[in-house]
Amino acid sequence: MTDMTVSGSAPEASQMPEKRVWRDIGIKRRYAAERRFKTYGLVAVLIGLACLAMLLFSVVSKGYTAFQQTSIRLDITFDKKIIDPQGQATSNNRVLLMANYPLLATRALAKTLGVDESDRKVRRELSGMISNGVRTQLRDMVLNDVAIIGKTRTIWVLAAADVDSAYKGQIDLSVDQSRRKVNDQQVEWMNKLAGEGILTGRFNTGIFLNGASSRPETAGMGVAMIGSMYMMAIVLVLALPIGVAASIYLEEFAPKNRWTDLIEVNINNLAAVPSIVFGLLGLAVFINFAGLPRSASLVGGLVLSLMTLPTIIIATRAALKAVPPSIRAAALGIGASKMQMVFHHVLPLAAPGILTGTIIGLAQALGETAPLLLIGMVAFVADFPATPMDPATALPVQIYMWANEAERAFVERTSGAIIILLMFLAAMNITAIILRRRFERRW
Amino acid sequence: MKAIHLASVAAGALIIAATGAQARDQVQIAGSSTVLPYAKIVAENFGETFPDFPTPVVESGGSSAGLKEFCKGVGENTIDIANASRRIKPSEVEACKANGVSEIEEIRIGYDGIVFASDINGPDFALEPVDLYKALAAKVVVDGKLVDNPYKTWNEVNPDFPKWNIAAYIPGEKHGTREVFEEKVLEAGCEAAGDLEARIKSGMDKKAAGKDCMAVRKDGAAVDIDGDYTETLARIDANKQGVGVFGLSFYENNADKLKVATMSGVTPSVETIAAGEYPVSRPLQFYVKKAHLGVIPGLKEYVEFFVSDQMIGPDSPLANYGLVPAPDAERDAVRKAFESGKTL
Repeated sequence: MTDMTVSGSAPEASQMPEKRVWRDIGIKRRYAAERRFKTYGLVAVLIGLACLAMLLFSVVSKGYTAFQQTSIRLDITFDKKIIDPQGQATSNNRVLLMANYPLLATRALAKTLGVDESDRKVRRELSGMISNGVRTQLRDMVLNDVAIIGKTRTIWVLAAADVDSAYKGQIDLSVDQSRRKVNDQQVEWMNKLAGEGILTGRFNTGIFLNGASSRPETAGMGVAMIGSMYMMAIVLVLALPIGVAASIYLEEFAPKNRWTDLIEVNINNLAAVPSIVFGLLGLAVFINFAGLPRSASLVGGLVLSLMTLPTIIIATRAALKAVPPSIRAAALGIGASKMQMVFHHVLPLAAPGILTGTIIGLAQALGETAPLLLIGMVAFVADFPATPMDPATALPVQIYMWANEAERAFVERTSGAIIILLMFLAAMNITAIILRRRFERRW
Repeated sequence: MKAIHLASVAAGALIIAATGAQARDQVQIAGSSTVLPYAKIVAENFGETFPDFPTPVVESGGSSAGLKEFCKGVGENTIDIANASRRIKPSEVEACKANGVSEIEEIRIGYDGIVFASDINGPDFALEPVDLYKALAAKVVVDGKLVDNPYKTWNEVNPDFPKWNIAAYIPGEKHGTREVFEEKVLEAGCEAAGDLEARIKSGMDKKAAGKDCMAVRKDGAAVDIDGDYTETLARIDANKQGVGVFGLSFYENNADKLKVATMSGVTPSVETIAAGEYPVSRPLQFYVKKAHLGVIPGLKEYVEFFVSDQMIGPDSPLANYGLVPAPDAERDAVRKAFESGKTL
């Protein structure tokens, strides 16, 4: 447009109306700019996707093996001589509790392999192949049914974590045997058993059902899942009604003055407060002042509720604002009270937005570890919590705890736990989408 | 409308239920991440051996954080046991007293070695404290003058070492391991190099000189690791010329990836540490509130189970994991002291 030759030729154009004169309005340049911008956008999206793909690939490629657990099929003879040598089981209940159950499994393994287990070194190597969790497994079988003593049962027992890692190829077997946790003899036995189909990978139900354990092969996310579910329920029960009530009041009833402005600014700021601050607050208020138990999912839920509240309030207010004023005017016009207007007309129309905000808030709370550290939930908890007052952990906490373990078998479990957490998050987000679709209304 | 009523009633009920404090029936433990794996093994075995008691809850977070929590006071909403990879400090005992925790029992569980390791494919390192001091201290004496650490590669420190850039991953300040590293390696190396004397001669008093010896260089050659040993291992995976500080048990679990350095000619192992040949080791212990014994169910049994030979003796689960068992007489003394209720 600023081109001098173009503006110079303008008077001639008026004399010759049939001849069109092209003014350079920079069309090429503008198209090029648009193309460039589109390319930038595409590149940005591709970089994002590539990062996501890399993350997922690294997690899944490391973690998928965690859902397989190496087990050994053994014919275990519940020998009375080992379990109850003096025949005191009826008079002394600690006998059945304290019996040397791992020896039963070691014997069965020796018999399967056809080696002599009376040699102390061989026995040590044999017992190193079987998980120590076999003690509770066999004990529970005996305690459930005392008649089993003296009989033989074919059961699957877990292989020790190091054998599991070796079987999955996660331990470098080419280095000298003194540098690894499984020795050459054990590897030989492992390969022999695997060839006969006695040692094989089975689906790992333990990772979903067991509590925390110091033994990788029996460690699971059960306690963490229950703890996370308790906390999410508490957050939902507390933060949703309080958040929705607060937003309805602020949006529909409260006068617009300096005070409500101040409250609004504060709520927005609260949403940006680092989550560890809420943990400190929880420690001071709920544990030290109110006397609630440490490590309990109740306290965790309360802390996460506080953290989620601003998110829910902001989302709910936005959803309420999006309802057209004509709906309100129409309701009031046909004689509805303000309360009827809100609960019969505005709230149902805002519901999809509120639900989306709530579920996003919940998903955020589900992935939170920092506030839980201070209230004692970053902990080793082996027993299942019966109520929210009992000690529990949370899914991200379990990931963090496993990531710090020394054993090789915890590496895959860490990634496996991340997969489980991601599935939980995906399930929540899908719920949000379905609910929004279902309740969405148009006007 | 109805749903909202219901929800608010439920919320109210929850808050009312929450205000009535509840009796605690499980042992609550917090503290050192070095002691954590041992405490977990004991807690798990305890839960399996004594079905009447719930499995103790073990929090991690570091020795200092655990002792701070421990010293908050006496009562059901405070922890019973603090695990520590270093001894409790007099200032912490004072803080405990101020909050009413006046009777503390110290239970030593064994020893832990601190090892230096590099990538398995690298050359052997035969370290002396002097070498590590020269490589990692903030200030060293060169030609009689105290200067900022000038060494950039290992072979400048000691011609036997490879020509690697100095990159050491050492535990951060919140770890109890750091203190042991400073005392047993840096200070010892400083003394052996004669730098401590040089510092005193240049006008520093003895305490300040000792402290100056333990200052770690901050030019990027020594990297503080605030996480756990897994982070150190990841750093060495990324930088094959890095040297890291590990606990003995962690190294033993990852011996197919790491090559351990000898210290003063001794290879670290459970045997050499138990015999006192390997110099960089430290006692591990936990602290029990005497006021909680007999009040919290299972606490006394847990401590007794922990110090029994089936847990911390030779050939016990903890020793298999990498704990260096204390000598027989010392373990007996620990058991006797707990029986008689000896406090700090």
